[in-house]
Amino acid sequence: MASEGGKIDPMHQFMIEPIAPLNLAGYDISFTNSSLFMLIVLGTIWLFMLGGMKRDLVPGRWQAAVEGLTGFINDMVTTSVGPEGKAYVPLVFSLFMFILTANFMGMMPFGIVPGVHAFTVTSHLTVTAVLAVLSFGTVLVVGLWKHKLHFFSLFVPHGTPWWLMWLIPFIELFSFLIRPFSLALRLFVAMTAGHVLMKVLAGFVINGLNADAAWVAPVVSLPSFILMIGITMLELLVCAIQAYVFALLTSLYINDAVNLH
Amino acid sequence: MPQISQILETYASQFFWLLIVFGLLYFGIGRAMLPRIEATVDARDAKIAGDLAAAEKARAEAVDLEGAWQAELTQTRSAAQAEAQKAKAKAQKDAEGRLAKADAEIAEKSAKAEASIAKARKTALAGIDAVAADAAQDIVAKVSGIKVTPAQAAQAVKTVLANG
Repeated sequence: MASEGGKIDPMHQFMIEPIAPLNLAGYDISFTNSSLFMLIVLGTIWLFMLGGMKRDLVPGRWQAAVEGLTGFINDMVTTSVGPEGKAYVPLVFSLFMFILTANFMGMMPFGIVPGVHAFTVTSHLTVTAVLAVLSFGTVLVVGLWKHKLHFFSLFVPHGTPWWLMWLIPFIELFSFLIRPFSLALRLFVAMTAGHVLMKVLAGFVINGLNADAAWVAPVVSLPSFILMIGITMLELLVCAIQAYVFALLTSLYINDAVNLH
Repeated sequence: MPQISQILETYASQFFWLLIVFGLLYFGIGRAMLPRIEATVDARDAKIAGDLAAAEKARAEAVDLEGAWQAELTQTRSAAQAEAQKAKAKAQKDAEGRLAKADAEIAEKSAKAEASIAKARKTALAGIDAVAADAAQDIVAKVSGIKVTPAQAAQAVKTVLANG
């Protein structure tokens, strides 16, 4: 929130600021606020999972919550891929938990502590691209390793008429190659747009309250504030949905690689 | 948009830290903690399934046991009924035999009694003739002074009694 002269920049929240400069073989690998939030996300997931490690026969609340989440991912992967999907549960679970926790971490009101700014790791194209490449790379590696060159029959769906053979495989290939981009962009755009919208509305509230004319506050700030409550709820929902969509699409793509069509 | 304007300065740091964090997440949590949590769930499911199977088996056993018990009960009941029937029949036969015997005894007794009554009556009747003849002889002697022989009196009495 760079408020210089009452101007609030909704993009400032996405700035990456180095905390500890590091350099490795000519590459700048500084520890940044983004890296810090990745570690916070990892620590949160670890703490959450630790609560599920009591391994009681009759689970407590925390253990039931952890088992509910692992069971949810397990069911999703098993439904999409079948019994062979068991091997991919750790990957889908890691992706889902990382995205979900990172999304929620960006929504946390850390800003009430002066000088602290929440950072949404998943609102960065570099991060979502790596996650998408992990998902897409798994599909490629598993598909080629399991089916060798037969994997390319994925691009020729069953029942394709011979006179469409010049077209269908190219459409299929294109839709296959677009997957990592759609995975990465969907998450990046959803998170960025949501946070920009919230920041703009927050700017309306603050600037309305600071306005010289007394009528601005009730006319602009109050409706914006009410709208912002709704948008925040919606954004929390989007956080969960985006994590779910990413995990579900990944398991569907793994299904393509494991079972072909 | 810092995500794009900063991309050249930050991509290395982003990739580096994300790969470290995701590696820790995947190997430390996804591959280490997750299977143990799933093993707990599987163990619980197996235990529940085993307990349910045991309960089902126990139920089937109970049903079998109840059937056997019911069959035994039915058998015992029918045996008892047959026994009771037999006892009843025997008692009836006994009672009939005793009744018949008692009947016969009573009949014999009453026949005897009747015979003795008849005899007594006969004796009494014969006695009445003689008494009546005597009385008639006496009455005739007293009234008319005529001596009537006992035979004549007896004859007269007989005639009168026969007519009376």
